[in-house]
Amino acid sequence: MSSRSALPSTPVAPATVLAAAVRSGERTALDVLEEHLARISDHEVDVHAFNLVLEDRARESAAAVDARVAAGGDPGPLAGVPVALKDNLCTRGVATTCSSRILEGWEPPYDATVVQRLAAAGAVVVGKTNLDEFAMGSSTEHSATGPTRNPHDLDRVPGGSSGGSAAAVAAGFAPVALGSDTGGSIRQPAALCGVVGVKPTYGLVSRLGLVAFASSLDQVGPFAATVADAALVCEVVGGHDPGDSTSLPQDFPRVLAHLDDGVEGMRIGLVTEMLGEGIAVDVAARVRAAAEALTAAGAEVEEVSIPAVTYGLSAYYLVAPAEASSNLARYDGVRYGRRVDAPTAGEMMVATRTAGFGDEVKRRIVLGTYALSAGYYDAFYGKALRVRTLIREEFDAAYERLDALISPASPTTAFAFGDKTADPVQMYLNDVCTIPSNLAGHPALSVPFGVGDDGLPVGVQVMAPALGEVAAFRVAAVLESVAPSAGAPS
Amino acid sequence: MSGVDPERWEVVIGLEVHAELSTRTKLFSSATAEFGGEPNTHIDPLTLGLPGSLPVLNARAVELAVRVGLALGCTVQRSVFARKNYFYPDQPKNYQISQYDLPINVDGSLELPSGQVVGIERAHLEEDTGKSTHIGGGGRIHEARHSLVDLNRAGVPLLEIVGRPDLRSADEARAYVAELRAVLVAVGASDGKMEEGSLRVDCNVSVRPRGSAELGTRCEIKNINSLRSLGRAIDAEAARQVALVEAGERVVQETRHWDEDDGRTHTLRSKEEADDYRYFPDPDLVEVDCDPVWVEEVRASLPLLPAARRARLVERSGASRPHAAIVCERNLDDLCLAALDAGADPERVVNHAVHNLADERAVGLDPAAFAALVAMEVDGTLTATQAKTVLAELVAAGGGDPAELAAAHGFEAMDTSELEGLVDGLIAEHPEEWQRYVEGDPRIAGFFVGRVMKATQGKADGRVVTALLDARRG
Amino acid sequence: MSDRPERISAEEVDAVARLAMLALTEDQVERFAHQLADVLDHAADIEALDLDGVEPMARPVRVVNVLRPDEPGPALDRDEVLGQAPAAEDGQFRVPPVLGGAP
Repeated sequence: MSSRSALPSTPVAPATVLAAAVRSGERTALDVLEEHLARISDHEVDVHAFNLVLEDRARESAAAVDARVAAGGDPGPLAGVPVALKDNLCTRGVATTCSSRILEGWEPPYDATVVQRLAAAGAVVVGKTNLDEFAMGSSTEHSATGPTRNPHDLDRVPGGSSGGSAAAVAAGFAPVALGSDTGGSIRQPAALCGVVGVKPTYGLVSRLGLVAFASSLDQVGPFAATVADAALVCEVVGGHDPGDSTSLPQDFPRVLAHLDDGVEGMRIGLVTEMLGEGIAVDVAARVRAAAEALTAAGAEVEEVSIPAVTYGLSAYYLVAPAEASSNLARYDGVRYGRRVDAPTAGEMMVATRTAGFGDEVKRRIVLGTYALSAGYYDAFYGKALRVRTLIREEFDAAYERLDALISPASPTTAFAFGDKTADPVQMYLNDVCTIPSNLAGHPALSVPFGVGDDGLPVGVQVMAPALGEVAAFRVAAVLESVAPSAGAPS
Repeated sequence: MSGVDPERWEVVIGLEVHAELSTRTKLFSSATAEFGGEPNTHIDPLTLGLPGSLPVLNARAVELAVRVGLALGCTVQRSVFARKNYFYPDQPKNYQISQYDLPINVDGSLELPSGQVVGIERAHLEEDTGKSTHIGGGGRIHEARHSLVDLNRAGVPLLEIVGRPDLRSADEARAYVAELRAVLVAVGASDGKMEEGSLRVDCNVSVRPRGSAELGTRCEIKNINSLRSLGRAIDAEAARQVALVEAGERVVQETRHWDEDDGRTHTLRSKEEADDYRYFPDPDLVEVDCDPVWVEEVRASLPLLPAARRARLVERSGASRPHAAIVCERNLDDLCLAALDAGADPERVVNHAVHNLADERAVGLDPAAFAALVAMEVDGTLTATQAKTVLAELVAAGGGDPAELAAAHGFEAMDTSELEGLVDGLIAEHPEEWQRYVEGDPRIAGFFVGRVMKATQGKADGRVVTALLDARRG
Repeated sequence: MSDRPERISAEEVDAVARLAMLALTEDQVERFAHQLADVLDHAADIEALDLDGVEPMARPVRVVNVLRPDEPGPALDRDEVLGQAPAAEDGQFRVPPVLGGAP
């Protein structure tokens, strides 16, 4: 490959290994941190994974972790593990921008629940990662701070909207990162950057402190270089939060304990609607290869048709903008963030919002406002909510026979900058395979499985019924163990 | 003031009452819901509409909403919170969380003291807004230099009680609000203070020719801060609408602002430019579906409501509806019923409660003492005037022995022969007045009774004097 | 540009943008109108679906009655909060004059 990359030159130790070393006193958290800060200092200038790198604060947290170990304490399952946070997760006293000009200068007075749980588990936050503004996009090109580049090929996008988090893990800036997934914003960039990305069952991970894009679809989840690391982070950040009314009253399923269970006897479906039109041939081929690998590992794999998923994209592009148009109404220049002054309060709000939001955000706010407006609600929003039910029912019917489903996580490998920005529908089509799980509220993850004809990573999406995380992780662990190594074209 | 000819025009009124619920914290967050406070001190992430903040419903607010709903005879149903989207600086999220197509309480009614029954369409939960203060321009909104926003009130739970357009006059509207307030206070849902804004009334008014079955175009009046302004605003608005129609013009559906100073309503927004609120179910909240067993427990825990108390008093004492309303409004019905239980004469008990017990301390009066006093009055030991004096002292002291108090005043029943002498003397002294009395002039009776009272220093029983006079007329 | 009638006109886009407190340039209005028309065209597939018997799904979780006890929690520090505000005065958020009443 002639293109430039920013992949780590030496293997990066997984979080499980780092935490064990720090807990046992074999390595210090500071030492672990410095190793990652060194990689950031070498490659961040090319990648632009971060909106903000928190060297000093990270050193303080790492030192605190070391102090606890020295005092004979246990800092927790993520002891000394550097983590990167998508910049739409609130961090107390640390700028949280959502890659938008409108939140310029805002420092939240509170931490998101997931951020609190990471800290309580001994993790060390290294920085806030770049995203498409307010998580609206599939390439991280729609960011007020400029695009993030794919560490595998700096001329290509990392996917989005959590492109910064995906790139940070791929580049070895942090072994794990958090992102948010509304229509594929964790799984698609994970696929494009060759890392593992998980969107848990809706309600398993608290949304408190996640800046809302589309509340009924948003879920926080991890990026990691390994399936085990992703499982570990899920167990740390997941579980009931009384501060989120949509949080399920239970712990995150015990996925770590089942990673070695294999797929022997599992019944897995290959979704036909996600392998045909619109899916790159090389990507579809990798997914079929994954199906064969699962069969070889003892699973029964069959093709299954879920016709309703073809309506997913339409439903999503009505539901998500509608909720976003309301969620983003609070950015008005009155209480926080940027203000553009004007003679009256109303004009000030208009001037602030007009200057503060980028084009893609405006486009979705207009679309969502339209979908909710009098006279269109039933035809668009109301209809889309019924399509969600339809999709869930068809998935549930499939899950009566099957334990999990597989498909591509993204229709293509990483594309070049500017390829899809001119045509929103082309950009939206990136999410065609990932959106149905958000609409249904089901768990889904992306696990790397070789590369496409261009040598760039391909991700296989594993879907499961609500609370079926154990099945999804078992399939992912097997695919990880048999996956052709990245960088070696098939 | 009412320029409306009631023979020709009928005024149709429907009220939307917003009651602040008496919770300790806000509807969806744990910031204090206390009234007042230093500006922007009752705040948390949700109150400020901070990014990432989420609502969690206050259980007590639901309970209070259900208490009111049941008190109004509503059906408590599965309910859903929706977002009402509009931009305003004191609305921190720029949407209000309210209930739209599935409110918690539907289809109830409220019986007024007159016996009139007013339909209640719904009573739903929603959050309050903050407060804007307009600086400069003498506080006038259109001339302000800038505005200041205090979010202490933002998120305080409100119950919006939507009445059906069953009211036909300012008096009825006032009686409705007063009765609703009494119910809210009785069930412990709200303090009902209009002056602190914990009870706010929006008023829909339309007019139609008497006899017409069709409703006229209505206007909604806002900024009504007291029962008095409610009545004034309705009269002014009805007069304005009638004048328009009589001049051959059309009433335009709009929201109007009541101006206390000039006593008129002014256009705030016309329907055409009204906002499209883009309601949709709030995805941050889940449905509320009250357990029917719990609902019945709440129903069982409700106190006796004002209408039932009035009915009880009417039944036990034979009081008229208006008298029963006064007695219950003063919370004297329990006292009266206890006095009746002690054997007191119902008519005198109610009469005292209506005419001689306006004093707030009367609630604490010892029913036995009250009954004893009434008994002394019935057996003629005390005259009505004396009884009133003793009653006032009993109220001031919270109780006591009416006989002792009467004795201390030297009140004692007068000998009839003594009175007969006085009456005969007066007739002899005033032959002209006597002649008029004999001819049936009703005004002259007082002349003789008054003089007897004066001579006996109020100890005479007026009814006995009248009887003596009548006996002499033949 | 195609000959087919657009599913959303420039005027509608402008009106909706104003409802959302956004001022779009003429160029943006035109561009958004075409792009939104494309999205709505794509959504024509669900418009045609007969979903009368299907319940709408406003949120994926099926839990009900998530309630919080009526107990006060900590308040945010006013100075910290107002320190983040674009303009503050007398302990309050300061905004340009508000014209017109709240709905």
